[in-house]
Amino acid sequence: MSVKPAVRLRGKDLVGIDPLTPAEIQLILDTAEQMRAIAERPIKKVPALRGKTVVNLFFEASTRTRFSFEVAEKRLSADSLNFAASTSAVTKGETLIDTALNLEAMQPDFIVIRHQSPGVPHQLAKILRSAVVNAGDGAHEHPTQALLDALTIRSRRGTLEGQVVAIIGDLQHSRVLRSNVLLLSRMGATVRVAGPPSLIPVGIEALGCEVHHRIEDCIAGADVVMMLRIQLERQGRMNFPTAREFYDFYALTPERLKLAKKDALVMHPGPMNRGVEIDSRVADGPQSVILEQVTNGVAVRMAVLYLLAGGSGEPTAD
Amino acid sequence: MSRLLIKHARVVDPSQRLDEGLDILVADGKIARLGERIEDRDAQVLDAAGLVAAPGFIDMHAHLREPGFEHKETIASGAAAAVAGGFTAVCCMANTQPVNDCAPVTEYIRARAEAAGLARVHPIGAVSKGLAGEELAELGEMVRSGAVAFSDDGKPVRNSYLMRRALEYAQLFDVPVIDHCEDADLAARGVMHEGAVSTRLGLRAIPSAAEDVMVARDIVLAELTRGRVHIAHLSTKGAMEMVGAAKARGLAVTCEVTPHHLALSDQAVADSDFDTATKVNPPLRSAEHVEALIQGVMDGLVDCLATDHAPHHADEKAQEYDVAPFGMVGLETAVPVTYDLLVLRRKLPLRLWIQLWSTNPARLLKLPGGTLKPGSPADITLLHLDKTAVVSPDRFRSLSRNTPFGGKRLRGWPAATIVGGRIAWQRERR
Repeated sequence: MSVKPAVRLRGKDLVGIDPLTPAEIQLILDTAEQMRAIAERPIKKVPALRGKTVVNLFFEASTRTRFSFEVAEKRLSADSLNFAASTSAVTKGETLIDTALNLEAMQPDFIVIRHQSPGVPHQLAKILRSAVVNAGDGAHEHPTQALLDALTIRSRRGTLEGQVVAIIGDLQHSRVLRSNVLLLSRMGATVRVAGPPSLIPVGIEALGCEVHHRIEDCIAGADVVMMLRIQLERQGRMNFPTAREFYDFYALTPERLKLAKKDALVMHPGPMNRGVEIDSRVADGPQSVILEQVTNGVAVRMAVLYLLAGGSGEPTAD
Repeated sequence: MSRLLIKHARVVDPSQRLDEGLDILVADGKIARLGERIEDRDAQVLDAAGLVAAPGFIDMHAHLREPGFEHKETIASGAAAAVAGGFTAVCCMANTQPVNDCAPVTEYIRARAEAAGLARVHPIGAVSKGLAGEELAELGEMVRSGAVAFSDDGKPVRNSYLMRRALEYAQLFDVPVIDHCEDADLAARGVMHEGAVSTRLGLRAIPSAAEDVMVARDIVLAELTRGRVHIAHLSTKGAMEMVGAAKARGLAVTCEVTPHHLALSDQAVADSDFDTATKVNPPLRSAEHVEALIQGVMDGLVDCLATDHAPHHADEKAQEYDVAPFGMVGLETAVPVTYDLLVLRRKLPLRLWIQLWSTNPARLLKLPGGTLKPGSPADITLLHLDKTAVVSPDRFRSLSRNTPFGGKRLRGWPAATIVGGRIAWQRERR
């Protein structure tokens, strides 16, 4: 790709894709590729973050992202502390700010945060000394997910530039969508999105994408088809009739996948609703790179932590 | 009783179409005389050279939080903030605890304001008992105790039948029903304006249609009942157009616009990185709506400016954006924010700006003041329009600091506030 990577990240934190330049994105992806090599060694550990402490502050349920960060931290020899809102003093009414300040008083170097309210990482980054890493804030951003998606596409296709990426599903409630559109459009890909018109947020095209109503129009000739999870737990309102009807009109089935390029990649950030937005024959089929995304997630998170700690170049150096 | 002589002021009084250099003699709490070079050896002299003297500014929409929420504001601290902001009178909304839905609460508010002895405080009574939107409150009893209008502000009057009856019954007292126009279903627990910015930030959003739908209903009911409806904190282009059309048809529909809806857009939420000081209801709208509001002011469709002063404790605002309460303080920034924007930058004639803050709200709510005619109460706002200063929330008289204007450099500040002939506040000379 034409973008020259940055030498280092400018900010103290990674709160989103929005503040990143193409050169910074390039740096993270290049570093992640080196990190991925570590996982292939017999001893999957480097001392890069030895003596550093990471607090994983998860206010919202997560399997993949939480474990992925934890594995990344361990591979870099950092000490991890895990926080789950359900077993913390949050249940006694402790505020977000007090929780964060008390954890920071234990002098961690990083706070990795997932929270249901958009903007929480930004609010904390303003008052904390530690580097804040956004692991998903409401429907706002999920920057490490977009970075791991980009790494997956780049590894398979060689470049992001010129790739046609179709993203389909519940656009309204998806932070994965927002971060992906920002990142991919910034790196020269063409992004198309589709979903029920009642789940398309106003002005989404301003983020850098074409909007379609029908999945067929969206995936025609695409290099990548990325399905988003229908967030059944956030619905219960009046946005679309039923999961069954959603499958009829929007699910990625083997027939629909034929509309995309022959070797198009099939992606999903997980957790999947099999038989709702994606048919198992596609999810488990030869074009699926869904599990590769998970593997790349560890490498991307290693790269982000390493770069925020001030690292550059070869990560194996102590 | 004592006399006050204000010397060398530029007197701008829209009620008398007056704009000239005059002295003002005040005696027994009333305007005694306006004239060139008045001499009175017994009077206290206030040198107002370089200042504009205007009829006392009236904020017809504020939340003073007492009784019930004294950690946010009290009637005394709110009245102190009012005079420090150039306001001689302030109308306070009914969403206290207990709600101001009966005469004893109205009387309590008046007594507390009397004891504070700063700005005049005019209570606005609830439309419905407990703001529950089910039964009419005792409007007549509250009028007798000093209520000047009715509103369930903070909430819309959701039930159209209740709104109809309120608009009819309030005609007995010739007072307006002030409505907070918001369709709660359309607003869908949103926390900012729906548009490109809310989409980018992933925050639940309130479409402008949530306001428009209710304004349309209220105008239809004003036509049905011939009652007086006043749209609180109007914030959308659509609502402005409908109010303009209703006025053209001769309906008794009036509206107010707040300083923050004129001076800020939804971009402030993004630019401040989710600062909860930008969270307010109705939400800061997109640039298109902001421009329509400014145009509405310039075209004379807006009857009044009003602050919607909504104090909240710092602890309450120091929360997640979607959890923090709606509202911002406004009494101590309203004058410079609107002068700087409307008069200085948009060239609204000074006389019209003063009218929006004094003569018009006085006429709308039949309040004493709004004029400097001899014989009227000596409520006077002195303005230092050439003064430039930075907004310093830590110097506010209000108990709360929730403002998005902190640190802004603005021109056109109050210099002194005279209530009933007494200097209730005067800027320290430094």
